[in-house]
Amino acid sequence: MYGKKVKLRFTFLALILASVILTVFLVLQSLKENVVYFQSPSEIKSLIELNKKKIRVGGMVKEQSVSINSDEVNFIITDFKNEINVVYSGSVPNLFAEGKGVVAEGFLKDKNYFTATKILAKHDENYMPPEVKEAIGDK
Amino acid sequence: MFNSFKPNKIFAVTSKAPKYVLFLFIIILTIGLTEALILSPEDYKQSDVVRIMYVHVPAAWISLGIFSSLALLSIGSFIFKNKNFALIAKSLAPSGFVFNVIALVTGSIWGKPTWGTWWAWDARITSMLILALFYGMYLLAWKIYADKEQVIKVTSLIAILGVVNVPIIKFSVDWWNTLHQPASINILSTNTAIHPSMLVPLGIMTAAFALFSLLIFLMKYNTELIKVKNKGLDRL
Repeated sequence: MYGKKVKLRFTFLALILASVILTVFLVLQSLKENVVYFQSPSEIKSLIELNKKKIRVGGMVKEQSVSINSDEVNFIITDFKNEINVVYSGSVPNLFAEGKGVVAEGFLKDKNYFTATKILAKHDENYMPPEVKEAIGDK
Repeated sequence: MFNSFKPNKIFAVTSKAPKYVLFLFIIILTIGLTEALILSPEDYKQSDVVRIMYVHVPAAWISLGIFSSLALLSIGSFIFKNKNFALIAKSLAPSGFVFNVIALVTGSIWGKPTWGTWWAWDARITSMLILALFYGMYLLAWKIYADKEQVIKVTSLIAILGVVNVPIIKFSVDWWNTLHQPASINILSTNTAIHPSMLVPLGIMTAAFALFSLLIFLMKYNTELIKVKNKGLDRL
């Protein structure tokens, strides 16, 4: 049906694509730690030694864990398996709230205490008007 | 196969169609913007900031769609030695690039009030930036290489290599921890995390942006056909 040249070019392209996909896959696999934007409390717990470098911890802000006194915000990040205490001085983003996603950037004091230098609010994939949110109730 | 290409016949369409597409685009965009900016409700959490989504999401979809088309056309052009596919890809690319940049800029504007930062080196955002770089390379290659055979080979290669990035963009939010939220809409299921009242403006704006891409494509492609005609060729 197709000429020999067409088949050759098809095979050539297929080989190029397959090798590029494989290369990219292997590179991403080996760089996994750098590709993730943040680590979960469970991943922090399983660290063998503490890193002095700046890292990011992400998860949910635990319900009733936020306490604000003078210029300091204390809260707990949880992934519902493990928790980590965070202390932060500064202002938090508007969407920062209990039961919502958060990413904290800073340094580990030990596996349970984290000093944040920056707080980012993580938004979830749900979009709805306030009336609908009220109707389905606060989760 | 695919070689019965008659510039004159296509030219008859591409020279007339733009004005109708422009007319349709203006109508759909007006309806879309009215829905997105005035009629649709605010979000329970982000309030009015949610309106950025109606530009951001369609722009991102269309830039991904166009890049995928560039790759498919390039594969076709390379395998079947069809120059027309290459010209179609060349004419599609500029609007894809523009929408890619719009997605990055509106994402940044949305990120500041929502996340608390203009930029984050997370997998979704970084892979989207890489897509913009591939678009840039693709468009520049068309300008740099003068030789007709060579320019088609180089641009095709850029599109085919770059398309590996497209599934990475799509699944980055599922494969890794990212600051960017996962997809709200899944084409394979009827479940969507976006309320219907917000889905309407999103759909209309997507249609409007698609029409804009079609308009730019027709105008660019028309110019390419004029160039072909001026060289006195009745087929490529």
